[in-house]
Amino acid sequence: MGVARFWRENRTRYNLIGNRCPTCEKAFFPPRELCPTCHRQSIGKMVEIQFSGKGKIYSYSDVHDAPTDFSDQRPYIMAIVELDEGPRITAQIVDAIDGVEIGMPVEMVFRKIREESPEGIIHYGYKFKPAL
Amino acid sequence: MKAGIVTYGAYVPSFRIAAEEIADTWGENGPAISRGLNVKAKSVPAPDEDSITISVEASRNALRRRAIDASRIGSVFVGSESPPYAVKPSATVLAAAIGATPDMTAADLEFACKAGTAGMQAALGMVEAGMVDYGLVVGADTSQGRPGDPLEYTASAGGAAYILGADDPIATFNDIYSYTTDTPDFWRRDLQPYPSHGGRFTGSPAYFKHITATTTTVMERMGTSPEDYKYAIFHQPNGKFPLRIGKKLGFSPEQVETGLLVPFIGNTYSGSMMLGLTAVLDAASPGDRILAVSYGSGAGSDAFDITVTDSIEKMSEAPTTMQQVEGGRMISYGVYAKFRRKIRM
Ligand SMILES: [Zn+2]
Repeated sequence: MGVARFWRENRTRYNLIGNRCPTCEKAFFPPRELCPTCHRQSIGKMVEIQFSGKGKIYSYSDVHDAPTDFSDQRPYIMAIVELDEGPRITAQIVDAIDGVEIGMPVEMVFRKIREESPEGIIHYGYKFKPAL
Repeated sequence: MKAGIVTYGAYVPSFRIAAEEIADTWGENGPAISRGLNVKAKSVPAPDEDSITISVEASRNALRRRAIDASRIGSVFVGSESPPYAVKPSATVLAAAIGATPDMTAADLEFACKAGTAGMQAALGMVEAGMVDYGLVVGADTSQGRPGDPLEYTASAGGAAYILGADDPIATFNDIYSYTTDTPDFWRRDLQPYPSHGGRFTGSPAYFKHITATTTTVMERMGTSPEDYKYAIFHQPNGKFPLRIGKKLGFSPEQVETGLLVPFIGNTYSGSMMLGLTAVLDAASPGDRILAVSYGSGAGSDAFDITVTDSIEKMSEAPTTMQQVEGGRMISYGVYAKFRRKIRM
């Protein structure tokens, strides 16, 4: 992904900002142009929301066969996190000293997502850790 | 207008390496070194942490304690000697990550271990001049010591964030005084991964001289003596220096120990005194008087004479400093070397 594309999404990715359909109340992350259920009724009416960053683990897997960029973190945990507000998002779980389990409460943390190279830009964004 | 600390937050990474593990690697006497430095372990950042992520986590903890409107933060300063970019401010990433952009000013500051406290002085001036409603200041580092160097036992990671303002502060400043000289006790040249230092020279003419100057001057100007302070925090390059300077200036170990975190997490550099102060504020009650003194090589010291207000009891829950200092996962020297990219691949 290029610098410009990442940069455009910084605000939503740094702060977990999505939106909500005012008709059916469903929340989305990343934000959507229109609600897939209410279609036309939602055009121009989607309301921006900032998620609390709290949620629980819906499913997860331990990644042992990591891409080269991530070999220093191997093994790590990738999970589908169900946010308290509803949406399910894929994210890395960090600082899980005692492991994770389905249903475990987690909270958003701010981490490095990827470095393009030693000379390149550093991308930051959300990951999750077990809630205190 | 009387400005002060409106809220504060701490962040300490969760990995630790024991001083004895480092000593074993280099064939040194672990128990003797650990005792000599009064450092049991130090914090280690995860591979996906840097001084920017630490700044964001500390600042978000400050906002958890008090939900101020981030768009009213008019200045963001980050003090660090380990910014991930040589050119590109950390402060702009932080400002975006807490929702303070774009009606604000921002800058990164550098002064070895006291860049953050210099930022507090700058932000306080801006608040008192009416230039900004709130000023956010962070001291954060992921400092590195050369493998095998004595600094490797202490160079650690962590940070603290303070939001200063005139609106219902939880602590106010009675006096602030700085003492600054050109002293070459510790430095790192451009493009060098590890710092150099003047060995024993770092003690008497540097740390002890500058902290003595600021502490005695503040007490002279305030007409106070050590007994007037419930807590004292002196910059913490190791676990021995703060207790030694405290004793020399008339402070008891009890006054110093609440804010003394270096035995458990090492020296967080720009985070050092600022993180010690968060641990003290976690424990403090209205009316408590605190003396907080930073030191930065190169060299300078900033002393803050602080009184806690009744508003400290109105704060919401956030992870306390000791909750983060205690616990953590011990790692081996090998994992530490991998995390800190000491192994070339
Ligand atoms: Zn809908």
